[in-house]
Amino acid sequence: MRHTLAVLVENNPGVLTRVAGLFSRRGFNIDSLSVGRTQNSAISRMTIVVEGDDLILEQVTKQLNKLIDVIKIQDVTQDEYVDRELMLIKVDADPAVRGEIMQIVDIFRARIVDIGRKTLTIEATGDEGKINAIEKSLRPFGIRELVRTGKIVMLRGHKFTAYNQKEED
Amino acid sequence: MNFSGAQILLKSLEAEGVDTIFGYPGGSVLDIYDAIFDSDINHYLVRHEQGAAHAADGYARATGKTGVCLATSGPGATNLVTGIANAYMDSVPMVAITGQVGSHLLGKDSFQEADITGITLPITKHSYLVKDVSELPRIIKEAFHIASTGRPGPVLIDIPKDLTVARADYSYPEKVRLKGYKPTFHGHKEQINQAAKAIAEARRPVIFAGGGVIISGAHEELKQLAELILAPVATSMLGIGSFPETHPLALGMIGMHGAKYANYAVTESDLLISIGVRFADRATGKVSAFAPDAKIIHIDIDPAEIGKNVRADIPIVGDARNVLVELIERVQQGMATEWQEKIQEWKKEFPLGCDQAEEGTLKPQYVVKQICEVTQGDAIIATEVGQNQMWAAQHFNFSKPRNFISSGGLGTMGFGLPAAIGAQVGRPGETVFDIAGDGSIQMNVQEMMTAVQYELPVNVAILNNHFLGMVRQWQELFYKRRYSHTDLTCSPDFVKLAEAYGAEGIRVTKVAEVKPALEQAIKSSKPVMLDFVVEREECVFPMVPAGGVLNKMLG
Ligand SMILES: Cc1ncc(C[n+]2csc(CCOP(=O)(O)OP(=O)(O)O)c2C)c(N)n1
Repeated sequence: MRHTLAVLVENNPGVLTRVAGLFSRRGFNIDSLSVGRTQNSAISRMTIVVEGDDLILEQVTKQLNKLIDVIKIQDVTQDEYVDRELMLIKVDADPAVRGEIMQIVDIFRARIVDIGRKTLTIEATGDEGKINAIEKSLRPFGIRELVRTGKIVMLRGHKFTAYNQKEED
Repeated sequence: MNFSGAQILLKSLEAEGVDTIFGYPGGSVLDIYDAIFDSDINHYLVRHEQGAAHAADGYARATGKTGVCLATSGPGATNLVTGIANAYMDSVPMVAITGQVGSHLLGKDSFQEADITGITLPITKHSYLVKDVSELPRIIKEAFHIASTGRPGPVLIDIPKDLTVARADYSYPEKVRLKGYKPTFHGHKEQINQAAKAIAEARRPVIFAGGGVIISGAHEELKQLAELILAPVATSMLGIGSFPETHPLALGMIGMHGAKYANYAVTESDLLISIGVRFADRATGKVSAFAPDAKIIHIDIDPAEIGKNVRADIPIVGDARNVLVELIERVQQGMATEWQEKIQEWKKEFPLGCDQAEEGTLKPQYVVKQICEVTQGDAIIATEVGQNQMWAAQHFNFSKPRNFISSGGLGTMGFGLPAAIGAQVGRPGETVFDIAGDGSIQMNVQEMMTAVQYELPVNVAILNNHFLGMVRQWQELFYKRRYSHTDLTCSPDFVKLAEAYGAEGIRVTKVAEVKPALEQAIKSSKPVMLDFVVEREECVFPMVPAGGVLNKMLG
């Protein structure tokens, strides 16, 4: 089963290496990992999607927790959350098929961000299902290049993945 | 801007109460060594950086304090790696300080540059590459805190050369603030109640004690608990000394070379009270057949150990000593049962014996037993790795914690001599032995010079079988006696070698010579190397073949 972890880490050099190294060393499979800073510039947040049964996940969480730079881990898989991913995709687009591509882009509420002589570059955001669907729809035209950020998540409503300053004392 | 980085480093170490460093100089640490020249800290110059790491490790295991080692950048740092890995596997508190090339040379494949924080990432509890001299006191404070609390382990601090010269004001922080590091010290009350209930219901309880008991200083509480509930106590290899082996409830070590009665008791138990153990494969054998009928209580300070190798029915995360204190309050005095009788019968039927003929070739087991007898069991015993290590574990009766110093998780040949040196530095005046093999001793034999220079009277007892004995044993048992590259007939004359270092060398070939030689060595104020020429093809028994079931032993 796939699990989605929201992980708060110290914004220290090497923290990404520590996390990535741990996954490869212990034989855990990362589906995707995205990272960036939070409202507190000393703290970064990772969203890690990892494949494994409950036992593996328990070990992943415990081993991650052992890293000094890891502040907090939340497995949000069972919670209500918003998730988004950004994809840029460059497709072959002869003038003859441009109309058709633009229709697809419209249907998915994606955007065209660049036009070349023979290509279109499209930006799409959404949850994983939507991103996969756009990719599938554009595949017949010929995909030249594709890049995805990996997903980021946030719990819905009055639930937070935040570092509580009080916990420090 | 009153102090150089090097001075700040030493002032910070002094603030941590460090009085001993094992190290080796070089270009990147010249300024640190210049500051050491003026410092009260005792620096021990080893002869190879691996020796520094193992000596710091042995010092830490023998004293409970954090060991400190120091090396220059590049090859100095990489020479520490085995020692750091060794300390990591056995949860030994250590701070390793390495010099690094100047900040402006970093990442350019500069002379003697090695990415030591990268190299040691998987074998350190944490590491730092210092970026600014003003960070040094905080980093050192954090490093010692992380190394010595929770589940201890090595922490590495890599300091670029320019930062040892750069100047800053010095003030040492009083508190550490680490958002992501808060070990759990007290066990969950309800879980402890569950454990007490399971103990009350058990008919065949066994306590399984590990290195965690020694680290947390819980040996008295362990004894109280065992005597209260009348449960026999088995240990892991690193747990040796957590419970006096002379005690009627002692079972000694379990596992691949554990005593039969210990392995039988664990296998037939209905409750295994596991304290500060990590259920290593060498201890459990085949996991699915390990203590098959037992409910398992697992007390450990590291939550990641719980459920990692063996299922835990009642997990308790916390410091072993704290948890035991609370558990003892909740259990009732036990009564003698058939279980205890059965265990006494097993002990009588399957003793860990040794059949030494008066006139025959020396048996290694006999030599170990004699070391135990002559020292009255009151000595620090470091070991190398292989048969020598197992015979030391089996035949020396340890009655105190921190007296058995042996490389468990990594199984590092060459550990024993430098570790014995570190132990002797930490506990001067006590008798220290390194029980060694003729193979292992050659891996760090250069440290004899360190022992001689600092007048550390360690005794090296080589059980010389002219083989890489443990590997030969596996070849005998599982590879049709094809002794591929394990014959060490071609070896130095260890007596002459000892003498070349300015130590004493004694060769022993006969039974009658053993005791006098040991007495002479213990009396000597010099380091002594004893070359016990023993039976060449002796095997360590009992033995559970790798991955086998604990109660199915050879021998
Ligand atoms: C650094 C290192 N290299 C190789 C091994 C594999 N190994 C384990 S035991 C052993 C033989 C040890 O021989 P010796 O020191 O003579 O001890 P004996 O087993 O004969 O007592 C070897 C080679 C090891 N444990 N450590």
